[in-house]
Amino acid sequence: MTEERSAVVVRDVRKSYGELKAVDGVSFTVAEGEFFGILGPNGAGKTTTLEIIEGLRKPDSGEVRLLGESPWPRNVKLLPRIGVQLQASSFFEKLTAKEQLQTFGALYGVSKGTAADMLELVGLADKANEQENKLSGGQRQRLSIACALVHDPDIVFLDEPTAALDPQARRNLWDVLRAIQERGKTIVYTTHYIDEAEILCDRVAIMDEGRILALDTPAVLVRGLDAPTHVTLQKGVLSIVDASALDGVEEAHENEVSLTLSTRRPAPVLSALAERGALDGLQVRTATLEDVFLNLTGREYRA
Amino acid sequence: MTAFKTLSLAMFKGFIRDKVTLFFTFLFPLMFLVIFGLILRDVGADKTRIAVVGDGPIVSALRESGALELESYSDENAAVQKVKDGDLPAALIIRGQQLDVRFAQSDQVKSATVLGIVNGFVDKANLAATGQPPRFTFASEKVEDASLKPIQYLTPGILSWGVAVSAVFGAALTLVSWRRKQVLRRIRLAPVSATSVLSSRLLVSAGVALVQGATFVGIAMLPLFGLKLSGSWWLAIPLLLLGTIAFFALGMLVGAFAKTEEAASAAANIVVLPMAFLSGTFFPVDQAPAWLQTVSKIFPLRHMNDGMLDVLVRGKGIEALLMPSAILVGFALVVGFIASRVFKWEE
Repeated sequence: MTEERSAVVVRDVRKSYGELKAVDGVSFTVAEGEFFGILGPNGAGKTTTLEIIEGLRKPDSGEVRLLGESPWPRNVKLLPRIGVQLQASSFFEKLTAKEQLQTFGALYGVSKGTAADMLELVGLADKANEQENKLSGGQRQRLSIACALVHDPDIVFLDEPTAALDPQARRNLWDVLRAIQERGKTIVYTTHYIDEAEILCDRVAIMDEGRILALDTPAVLVRGLDAPTHVTLQKGVLSIVDASALDGVEEAHENEVSLTLSTRRPAPVLSALAERGALDGLQVRTATLEDVFLNLTGREYRA
Repeated sequence: MTAFKTLSLAMFKGFIRDKVTLFFTFLFPLMFLVIFGLILRDVGADKTRIAVVGDGPIVSALRESGALELESYSDENAAVQKVKDGDLPAALIIRGQQLDVRFAQSDQVKSATVLGIVNGFVDKANLAATGQPPRFTFASEKVEDASLKPIQYLTPGILSWGVAVSAVFGAALTLVSWRRKQVLRRIRLAPVSATSVLSSRLLVSAGVALVQGATFVGIAMLPLFGLKLSGSWWLAIPLLLLGTIAFFALGMLVGAFAKTEEAASAAANIVVLPMAFLSGTFFPVDQAPAWLQTVSKIFPLRHMNDGMLDVLVRGKGIEALLMPSAILVGFALVVGFIASRVFKWEE
């Protein structure tokens, strides 16, 4: 990946607040059109990293290139090319969804017609004339994303867009995010939902305590983990003694409803189970980013 | 230009859809205008009422002159009782050629007025009875003095105050709420200057000030309140606009320091309320002690008030605008400059 084709280049960026190293030597690049996720628990330094890239904060050291330019100090030439979604409540007072979009569009000299397109994109066309404070949390979040997109930027930054949303609203938002990527936008987004990063992102940077611990596609991160696959069966299909004796099973344990086998060679285990006709209630769970995080930090993931 | 227009329209819509702001911009100052206007309406206009028992040429002459208001009683005791109770300052009792006045000792001013008037009429009747022509004559004529009827100073005062309140609060609360809700951050991330966004809010405040002016003056001119505008009333328009700019700048300064809307509200009140009382919003400053009058001159609202009084009711010309305008512009420049220095984008 050459730098000219990179939407974002971050080189050894550091930022401290007193004793706290909020960002402690972070480097990565984001390609044009990529869906890039920064994953980490609260306080990991995700937001500060994002704000430095957006040009809202000056890093103590290190370099940021955004579309080949420096975002700090405030780079007016760059601003129309980036879209930043802020927290769900940053709207003008008492305006309807459509008026919010028109007003934010006006800051960029965008024609009023764009507002309708954006509402369509985020699925709020029927809420065009609702005032912002009457929308649900998920709808406000989508409106907020629409406001970030209203001037048709090349890169979109989203800071925890799915935080505090119910599962249905989160899934709706995933569709919106995919639709944005299909329009050819580069998306840089932070989340503390591991499952979400795994589903949405082309590449994920796992961040904790100001540092990037790992960075790759979700599949590669998980594959490189050498974590066991968990095979779960309905309880009583197989005794725990028989299960432990199967070729490839490293460990077996049972609770009131199910029997779980851990294995690093799932193929022979599954075929052995099939031979015995013991596939009732079968579930196979391979390692997830959660296991990657556990492995990297030595502690449970706490969102 | 379209950006500015769209923004101004957005601010305007935000303003008129906010019922609390509308209340404090229009109804709240109007309440003061109406309450004070009604309470003070008859101050100084009251004629003195006295009790009268009996009738005769002197009583007829008194009644015709309208110098006193006469309340007839048939019973002498009842009339004197009224005076004893403090309801009336004096009772006039006529027994043929003899006139007795019983007056309350406590109210010497009114009693003296009554005695003087009655005496005058008695002397006049006596002189007429002698058939001699009077040696001395006098004529009287009304003179408009500098002291004003309450509604005449209340309207310019409350209007200036209302404009100041709405401009200070408009600027301070907008700034603080935008900072808290990260709207300022959004503006900072867009290729526009904060100045152009804030000036669209200022435009709304200026429009509001003109509507306040029209509403308050319109209501004060109702016969119930009886405001009489001078011919040069339209000179109030530039004063309203300059006042808006000056107090908007003050609001920006408050908004730069306050962290929450509540703090901004409290700070704006602390700035505006004492200034309103000391600047002659609710009573004419020329009745205040001299030191207070001097103190009040440091407030821009005092000068706005003076200007408003001069052009709205005192009928002064454009020269009356010079001093207030210069002070408001100077205040706006200095405070606006400080506000821009201490302006903060983020919490």
